[in-house]
Amino acid sequence: MTAHEPTSRLFKENVKAAMADQNLQKAMKNAGEGFVGKRRVAAGGVPEFDQIRDAARDLKNHVLGHLDLYLARYEEKVTAAGGHVHWAETAEDMRRIVLDICRSVDAKTVNKGKTMISEEAGINDWLEQNGIRPVETDLGEYIIQLRGEAPSHIIAPAIHVTSDEVEALFRERHTHLPADRNLSELSSMLSEARTILRQKYFEAEVGITGANMLIAETGQSIIVTNEGNGDLSQSLPKVHIVLASLEKIVPTMEDAATVLRVLARSATGQDMSVYTTLSSGPRRAEDPDGPEQYHVILLDNGRTEMVGTEFQEMLRCIRCGACMNHCPVYQAVGGHAYGWVYPGPMGAVLTPSLIGVEEGGMLPNASTFCGRCEAVCPMRIPLPKMMRHWREREFERNLSPKAARYGLKFWAAFAERPALYRLATRAAVFALGLMGRKRGRFAKLPLAGGWTAQRDFPAPEGGTFMAAWARAQKVKGGR
Amino acid sequence: MSRKPRVALFVTCLVDMFRPSVGFASVALLTEAGCEVEVPAAQTCCGQPAYNSGDRETAKRLARSVIAAFEGYDYVVGPSGSCMGTLVKDYPAMFEGEPAWAARARALAAKSHEITSFLVDVMGFTPTDMKFAGAVTYHDSCSGLRGLGVQAQPRKLLGAVEGLELKEMKDPDVCCGFGGTFCVKYPDISAKMAGDKAANIAATGAGTILAGDLGCLMNMAGKLSREGKPVKARHVVEVLAGMADGPAIGEARE
Repeated sequence: MTAHEPTSRLFKENVKAAMADQNLQKAMKNAGEGFVGKRRVAAGGVPEFDQIRDAARDLKNHVLGHLDLYLARYEEKVTAAGGHVHWAETAEDMRRIVLDICRSVDAKTVNKGKTMISEEAGINDWLEQNGIRPVETDLGEYIIQLRGEAPSHIIAPAIHVTSDEVEALFRERHTHLPADRNLSELSSMLSEARTILRQKYFEAEVGITGANMLIAETGQSIIVTNEGNGDLSQSLPKVHIVLASLEKIVPTMEDAATVLRVLARSATGQDMSVYTTLSSGPRRAEDPDGPEQYHVILLDNGRTEMVGTEFQEMLRCIRCGACMNHCPVYQAVGGHAYGWVYPGPMGAVLTPSLIGVEEGGMLPNASTFCGRCEAVCPMRIPLPKMMRHWREREFERNLSPKAARYGLKFWAAFAERPALYRLATRAAVFALGLMGRKRGRFAKLPLAGGWTAQRDFPAPEGGTFMAAWARAQKVKGGR
Repeated sequence: MSRKPRVALFVTCLVDMFRPSVGFASVALLTEAGCEVEVPAAQTCCGQPAYNSGDRETAKRLARSVIAAFEGYDYVVGPSGSCMGTLVKDYPAMFEGEPAWAARARALAAKSHEITSFLVDVMGFTPTDMKFAGAVTYHDSCSGLRGLGVQAQPRKLLGAVEGLELKEMKDPDVCCGFGGTFCVKYPDISAKMAGDKAANIAATGAGTILAGDLGCLMNMAGKLSREGKPVKARHVVEVLAGMADGPAIGEARE
């Protein structure tokens, strides 16, 4: 699967496959609960956590009102430090700029820290097509690169893979190592990957990282990692390229600190990630090391069009993954079913914005509106509300399924006429009652096959409340 | 108090059609709590299925009828966090940009309550002389919990029932998979979520699962019975009103 061929439109088929995938189900079961418990403890450990969330929300709202101002300031600062800022309106622009930079230094290998923008722009496939080898250095990204897959989670890209699968993968691909080596422990797999990746750091001409934030005041970019791979990816090669989307900008270092206080706690339940790395530009004369060239490529890809719409609040997202960690739908089907770069609740809102509601419209429909995502979102993004906005757009444009539209119309025709509704509900309850009252439930029911395939459908108790109430009132009145 | 508060019961479509006893239990509880209960005849549905399906205009038409039928009472109370959440949270949002209706929607929202939270927070009610023999577990329905803050209230009321033991399940706050139209649109995911919920319910060893929303209850009851797990499902007001003697949800008649 590549970033360029979304399968979001096939969500239903993807779901079927995901639910039948035993390895996926096992992996999701093992991984899912850890994040929830850890976040709860981390958030609970900061008495003012909710106030910091408010501050982070307000901060991002302010930034979104002044994107031009802060981005211009950021560019000035980067340029003054000897770096270059490139503006990529589309994913294609970003690919072209990346390739131009790589070619300018005759790059054969590119080391990569974790970046979702790279996924969004389809950088890896593009580099390979142009004879350049991208090497993912984040352990999870390395695993899925070996498997030829896209990330299934924005911070835990290989969450869908079981440790048994990783062991088998390493044995199959790391053929230079002794076949009888012990890989039974996670730590032994980790150190094997680490040893292999260490050597690669010295081979690459270009290092690509993402950015958790860009700081206007200082012209710096920030990444947070737990493996330190980002530091090595960006400081050893001759050229460091930062891929970021526009809305990652914050005004000051202090603002960045506000976001950092909620980011790791919401994501992994850590107080801080193990590494918080600031990049300030190319190597200066007095620096002992660092890249010779420093490039920042800023991707728009539809984001500025979201500003001022009912989807603007989505641009507050800091990519912590808390929404998917807490989403029962994501937990049931995993990230690949969503069919593009961003899964879970944030993906269900963002995907239609970035690749169109025709392609991504199934995703905002795949929610019970349980509200758990919004409840844990560090940036207080009203995710269910925005999913509903997408449903409204689909409905307005006649994109929602015909059966659903007709069903809704049929139901509304009665619900808007109380007297008719009374008659219809009495008749329906009477019929259902005749069919199922004795057993109390239906194992099969016409038009409810989806429900009864795996559940019984409780039969009505008998009669409607409204009719019974009216009768009771009459009796009372007559007395 | 000079007079009893006039409370309009918002029956909800599912209670109307599938479990009238929940309606009668609600009336009994509200009456015992000192309210004068009326059931406006013009009610059908709150409009949530249309609203959540993106059909804002239909939802607004239904919302206007509900507002007109219910705004004359002191309070509007319903045995569902989901439907009452629609009145409280969604109606005011629906009419943004229509000042007259928005004002009426906000006024209605301000006096609309889910029943357990109304009994505890507004009426300060505690059931007396209520008995229930056995262990129950309680599922927090999403809209009530996260939309309206209903969590402590049903537990407080259940705590006053003699003989009742509340055994909390793992993840009581995680969705059961019903989700209104979601269970029709994505029945496989819905059933998987219901399966996880049924396992957590059964693991408590409680003989009864209680909740405050009939949709969730029908979903959980249907999954429990399909999996042969002998747990009865009831709306929390059935127990609180001492009306938990009849067949449980989805249970055969004797």
